[in-house]
Amino acid sequence: MSLRQHMISPLIGNNPITLQILGICSALAVTTTLSTALTMSVALTVVLVLSGGVISLLRHHIPPSIRLIIQITIVASIVIVIDQLLQAFMFDMSKRLSIFVGLIVTNCLVLGRAEAFAMRNPVAPSVLDGLGNGLGYSLILIGVGTVREFFGTGALMGVQLVTTVADGGWFQPLGLMQLAPSAFFILGLVVWLVRVWRPEQREYPEFRLGSGEDGRR
Amino acid sequence: MMELLVKSIFQENLALSFFLGICTFLAVSKRVETALGLGLAVIVVQAITVPVNYLIFNLLLLEGAWAWAGLPEVDLTFLKLVSFIGVIAAMVQILEMTLERFAPRLYRALGIFLPLITVNCAILGGSLFMVERRYDFAESLTYGVGSGFGWALAIVTFAAIRERLKYSDMPKGVEGLASAFIVTGLMSLGFSAFSLVTP
Repeated sequence: MSLRQHMISPLIGNNPITLQILGICSALAVTTTLSTALTMSVALTVVLVLSGGVISLLRHHIPPSIRLIIQITIVASIVIVIDQLLQAFMFDMSKRLSIFVGLIVTNCLVLGRAEAFAMRNPVAPSVLDGLGNGLGYSLILIGVGTVREFFGTGALMGVQLVTTVADGGWFQPLGLMQLAPSAFFILGLVVWLVRVWRPEQREYPEFRLGSGEDGRR
Repeated sequence: MMELLVKSIFQENLALSFFLGICTFLAVSKRVETALGLGLAVIVVQAITVPVNYLIFNLLLLEGAWAWAGLPEVDLTFLKLVSFIGVIAAMVQILEMTLERFAPRLYRALGIFLPLITVNCAILGGSLFMVERRYDFAESLTYGVGSGFGWALAIVTFAAIRERLKYSDMPKGVEGLASAFIVTGLMSLGFSAFSLVTP
């Protein structure tokens, strides 16, 4: 794979959320508004790029038996820096993201890419891989965040775009969009859409009942 | 206390309303048996790590915790992430060794899931919530047990639903991940109805 492809393939073809099933926890929790989704995307992308670079730089010096602990420690140190920065410069945002910035430490996307890619590749591809996966993750987050904030409150980034019924307008906000279940539904629909568009990503059941529609695999 | 227990199991279910541990939740829920094993392991680890992290945070990291040593201004709270994850990794390791020695059957049944718990965000999330909501020791013990139990309940139920779903005829792109998300969403709706339950 060329360097460019490391960055481009995780955007849709090999998206961390819809195909690799990594980093979903945080993706769902912070998407009630677009601004939290954006902040989280930036934070995670930075962590991915830095941890990819650092771990790849150290990959020849990390003993395989304790590599997980070392990877977690490296990631945790980077996350602490980000967390402190957020608390210092964007205190409100850091309160709204609650524990989810801290949870980047156990975000399977960061550890998964560290383990699967950065441990066995040179620095440049690892950094690009981190960037690509971060952007793929951001793409989904921003999409879900936009839908949830707009349909849930009629606003985007806190700016009211359509007047709600309560304020004398015509838009009836969907309260459900701000609650947990809608995040699951929207992500489910996103995965469905991607798989309709890219049939090679589909999963097939282990077995199928009935009417001889074989040969679909 | 009872209220906190019920709340942490149902209304504030870690998996279904805070999305914690969803990666494992989706990955290890194809069969009820394995889901049950993982669920049990999560309950045990959660019930141990939340109180232990409470002690570590309050006795070692909090501002003023080192006053007895003549260092009243030391504030180590920024170390909480690293120390919590360290405690969790160590606890999982100890639990693994204890189980291997005293309950080899359970140990074999849990297999790969024990080490995986280290990176399950439900565990770290539980400890972080404990700090954020300022629980005291008894409350953090209750919260640990309750939230672990809630997570286990969610994954076992989900695995049972998924086992039945194997036989259903779904549109092509929905099979697998997309259906899993939608089912989780429906379960999450169901669990939010438990907010009417008060002890």
